[in-house]
Amino acid sequence: MELLPTVWFVAIAVLWTGYLFLEGFDLGVGMLMKLFARNNTDRRVLLNTIGPVWDGNEVWLLTAAGATFAAFPLWYASLFSALYLPLLIVLVALILRAVAFEYRGKVDTARWRTVWDWAIALGSFTAAFGIGAALALTTTGLPIDSNGDRQGGPFAWFSGYAVLGGIAVVAFALVHALAFLALKTDGEVRHRARRWFVRLAPLALLPLLAWMVAVQLLSGKPLTWILVVLGVVAAAGAWVLARKGAEGKAFGALGAFLVCATASIFGAAFPVVIPSTLNPAFNLTISNASSSAYTLGLMSIVAAVGLPLVIAYQAWTYWVFRRRVSAAHIPAAHGFLPAIAAKVLVGHAASGGPAAKHAPHDAGE
Amino acid sequence: MDALEIARWQFGITTVYHFMMVPLTIGLGLVVAVIQTLWYRTGKVEYLRMTKFWGKLFLINFIMGVATGIVQEFQFGMAWSEYSRFVGDVFGAPLALEALLAFFVESTFLGLWIFGWKQLKRGVHLACLWIAVIGSVFSAYFIIVANSWMQHPVGVTMVNGRPVMTDAWAVFTNNTAMVAVPHTLFGALAVAGAFLLGIAWYHLWRRRHDGIDTVGADGRAVAGEADIPGRDKADYKVWITSLRIGAVVAMISFAGTAITGDLQGKLMFEQQPMKMAAAEAACHDGTGFSVLSIGNLGSKNCNDIVAVIEVPGILSFLAKGDFTTEVKGVNSLLDEYKAKYGTHLPDNPLYGDRAGQDIQYVPVMEVTYWGFRMMIGFGGIAALAALLALWVTRKGMVPQSRWIMRLAVFGILAPFGANAAGWIFTEMGRQPFVVAPNPDASGVDQVFMFTAAAVSPGVSPAELITSLVVLASIYAVLLVVEVRLLVKYARGGVVSAMPELAEAHDKKKKDDDGGTPGAPGQPGDSDDVLAFAY
Ligand code: HDD
Ligand code: HEM
Ligand code: HEM
Repeated sequence: MELLPTVWFVAIAVLWTGYLFLEGFDLGVGMLMKLFARNNTDRRVLLNTIGPVWDGNEVWLLTAAGATFAAFPLWYASLFSALYLPLLIVLVALILRAVAFEYRGKVDTARWRTVWDWAIALGSFTAAFGIGAALALTTTGLPIDSNGDRQGGPFAWFSGYAVLGGIAVVAFALVHALAFLALKTDGEVRHRARRWFVRLAPLALLPLLAWMVAVQLLSGKPLTWILVVLGVVAAAGAWVLARKGAEGKAFGALGAFLVCATASIFGAAFPVVIPSTLNPAFNLTISNASSSAYTLGLMSIVAAVGLPLVIAYQAWTYWVFRRRVSAAHIPAAHGFLPAIAAKVLVGHAASGGPAAKHAPHDAGE
Repeated sequence: MDALEIARWQFGITTVYHFMMVPLTIGLGLVVAVIQTLWYRTGKVEYLRMTKFWGKLFLINFIMGVATGIVQEFQFGMAWSEYSRFVGDVFGAPLALEALLAFFVESTFLGLWIFGWKQLKRGVHLACLWIAVIGSVFSAYFIIVANSWMQHPVGVTMVNGRPVMTDAWAVFTNNTAMVAVPHTLFGALAVAGAFLLGIAWYHLWRRRHDGIDTVGADGRAVAGEADIPGRDKADYKVWITSLRIGAVVAMISFAGTAITGDLQGKLMFEQQPMKMAAAEAACHDGTGFSVLSIGNLGSKNCNDIVAVIEVPGILSFLAKGDFTTEVKGVNSLLDEYKAKYGTHLPDNPLYGDRAGQDIQYVPVMEVTYWGFRMMIGFGGIAALAALLALWVTRKGMVPQSRWIMRLAVFGILAPFGANAAGWIFTEMGRQPFVVAPNPDASGVDQVFMFTAAAVSPGVSPAELITSLVVLASIYAVLLVVEVRLLVKYARGGVVSAMPELAEAHDKKKKDDDGGTPGAPGQPGDSDDVLAFAY
C-alpha cells in the first residue's frame, strides 16, 4: 500500500468531514428558514447565527474538490463528469443560496425577502441533497468504463444509493442545524430548536445510518463496522444530552456521530475511490487515480502547515462570535435611504421628506 | 455545435463573467483597506464614511465573485475531464492551494470584518480586512500560476504521455505568471479607480445639482449642508477625496498595466509567437505595429489582410525591445508549427469527429487583433479620462453638465472591457491548444494538448447545452440584480451604508423641535453592524 496516496485519501475524507460538519449546519439553517422560522425576526436570528461563517464553511467544499483534483485527478475527472447534471444543479443551488444571503436584506419589501428566503431554503436543500447523492455514488459505484468515463447517458448514475445519500445529508443537516441553533440562539428559538431536535433526531439520523450500513455490506471491514457501532452510540448520546438540555455536549456528540459516519463510509470504500458498476477491473483506486509522489509530497507539506492554520483561525471566528443571538438583539430593519432630494434647497427643512422614509418596520411580515 | 464548441462557449462565458466580479473585488478591496487604514491613523470622519460606503458596494459585488467562482472550480472536472486527467498532476496543485491558502483566508477574515465592527478592537478589525485582501491577491496569484502553466508549461517531464511535476519551484515562479500576476492586479486596480471616480463624480454633481454645494467667485467649491441624512459638509469631503483617489489609482494602474503588459508581450513573442503574430494580424515577417488592418481577418488565406496604417519598428519594440528585429508573421510560423506539432489531429477517439482533421494553427484573428487593441484602448481611454478629471476638478467641483456626469459614470465600464478583452485575447490566442507548446527552449517543448482532446468524452452535447443555457440564464438574471443593487446603493450615498447617520439626523431634528432625545426604541449598539452586513 502506498503511503502518500493513503495519506491523501484520509486527507480528503477529513475535508469532507469538515465540510459536512460545518456547512452541514448552515445548509440546515438555510432549510429551516422556511420550515422553522415563523416570522421575519426569526429568520434574521437564523441568518445571524451563520452570517459570519457560512462562506468560510463553504470553502471546505472547494478545498475538498481542489484537493481531489490535485491528489487524484482521475477521481476528480471521472466523478465530476459522470455526475454532470446533478452537479450542475448543486452549482445552481449554491449560487442562488450565496447570493440570497447577501441580497435578501438589500431591498426592504416582503416580496423581495420572500423570494430570497425561498432561494436560501431550496438552495440549501438542493445542495445538501446533491452533495449527499454524489458522495454516496462515489462510495457505492458508477457505470464508468476503462477510461473512467460514464457509460449509458446523462442519467446512468441514478440509483437508490443516490437517493439514500441525498436524504441522509439533508436529514442530517436539518437536525445538525437544530442542535446548532439550540447552542447559538437564545429565547424562544433556542427552546423550540431543542424540542424539535429531540423529536426529530431519532428519525432523521436513520438515513445516514442506513448509508453507513449499506457501504459496509458492499465493502465493509471489521474496523469500519466498529465505527458504525460507535456512531450509533454517539447519536444516542446526542439525543440523551439534548433532552437533558446539555446543548454544547449534544452538538459535540452529533459531531462525533458524523465523524464515525464519514470514517466508516470512506474506510469501507478504501482503497477504491469509485467502484465501477460495469466491471471491477475499471475501479478507480487510490493507486491508479493518484498524482505522482512528488506532487503528493508537495501537497502534504503545504497541507500540514495550512490545514491546522485554517482550523485555528476558523475556531477563532467562532469564538469571536460566540454570543448567543436572540430576537432581542435583532434591531429594526432600516428602510433604504437615498441621499437624493426631490427638491431640496439649503436651509429649507423639508420635513416629511426622505428622512421620514425609514421608520422602523420590521415586526412580522 | 458539437460538445467541444459548447464547452468552449460555456467556459468562455462563465470565466469572463467571473472576471467581471473578480477585478472589482481585488481592486476595491485594496482601496477600501487603504481608506480604512487612513481612518485608523487619522480618525477623520470622511474616511470612516468612505470605508462603509465603498465597503458596502464591495460586498454586493464580492458575493457574485464567490458564487461564480464555485462554477469555475467544478467546471474542469465536469466539462473538461480529459484535460483534468492530462494536467492534474501539475494543474491541480495551484487550484488546491488557492482554496487552502487563499479562499479560506479571504472568506473567514472577510466574515470577521463584516460582522466584527463592534466585537473586535479597531486595529484587529482593520487587520482582518487587510488579511482578507491579501488573501484575494494570493488567490489571483495561484490561479494565474495555473493559467500560466497552460500558456507556458514548465517544471514537468512526460511520463506515459502525461506531464508529471518535477520542479514545483519552476511551476510557481513561471516567468509567464510573474508578469501576468502584476498585470492582472493593475488591471483590477484600474477597475477600482474608474469605479471610485465615476460614482464620486455622480455625487458631487448631485450635490451641486441639488443646490447643496456652490462654486464661489474664485471658482472654488463651497461645501454646504442640506436637510437630507448624510448630506452634510463631511459628505462633500467623502466624494472629492474618493474622486481624487480614484483618478490617481486609475492613472497609476494604467501605467502599471502598460509596463507589465510590455513584458508580457516580450514573453509571448518567445513563448507563443503565433499568438503575437495573430495579435497583429501580421501575415508576413516585419517590424511594424498595425494601427489599422483591413481585409477579412478570419480569412484562411492570410494574404487577404492589408495593413493600412502601420508604425514601423513598434512591433519589434513590443516583442524584443529594439526597432529592427523582424517579428515572424503567420505565414512563416505556420510552417514551423506544422513541422513541430503535425499537420493533422491524431486518429484517436478522444478527438471525436475531429480525429484526423487538419489542424488550424492560426487563432481567430478578428478576436486576437481587436481584443488586443480593445484592451489597450479601453485602458488608455480610462487613464486619459482620469487625468482630465483631476484637472477639471482641481478647484474641488465637477461641472454642472449632466452629460459629462453620465460619461464619468459610464466610464466605469471601460476597464471592465479592457480586462475582458485581455482575457479573451489571451485565451483564444492560445488556440488550437489548451496547453500551449513553447517552440523556444524556455519551456518544456512537446508538452501540449489540443483543445479538441480536452473535453469530457462521457458527457453528451445535450448535457452541455443544458448547463450552458442554465448557467447563462442565471448569470444574466443575477447580473441585472447585482447591477441594480449596486446602482441603488451607489446612488443612495453614504447614508445607505450607514443608517446611523439618519438616526443622528433625526435625533438632531427632534432635539431642535424640542423632542425627547434618546427616546426608547432607539436601536442598540450592534444595529449599524447588522445594517452594514445584511
Ligand atoms: C484594465 C485592464 C488592462 C489594461 C489596461 C491592459 N491589460 Fe493587458 N491584459 C489584461 C488587462 C489589461 C488582463 C485581463 O488582465 C490579461 C489577460 C491575461 C493576463 O494575464 O492579463 C491581459 C493580457 C495581456 C497580454 C497577453 C499575455 C499572454 O497572452 O501571455 C499582453 C501581451 C498584454 N496584456 C499587454 C498589455 C499592454 C501592452 C497594455 C498596454 C497598455 C495592456 N496589456 C493593458
Ligand atoms: C479569469 C480570467 C479568464 C478568462 C476571462 C478566461 C477566458 C477564457 C475564454 C474566453 C475561453 C474560450 C476560448 C475559446 O474558446 O477559444 C477560455 C478557455 C479556457 N480557459 Fe480561460 N480564462 C481565464 C482564466 C483561466 C484560468 C485561470 C484557467 C485555468 C486555471 C483557464 C482555463 C481555460 C480552459 C481549460 C479553457 C477551455 C479550453 C479552450 O477553449 O481554450 N482560463 N478561457
Ligand atoms: C478559471 C479559473 C478560476 C477558478 C477555478 C476560480 C475559482 C474561484 C472560486 C472557487 C471562487 C470562490 C471562492 C469563495 O467561495 O470564497 C473564486 C472567487 C475569486 N476568484 Fe476566481 N477562479 C478562477 C479565475 C480567477 C482569476 C483569473 C482570478 C484573479 C486574477 C481569480 C480571483 C478570484 C478572487 C479575487 C475571488 C473573489 C472571491 C473569493 O475569493 O472569495 N479567479 N474563484
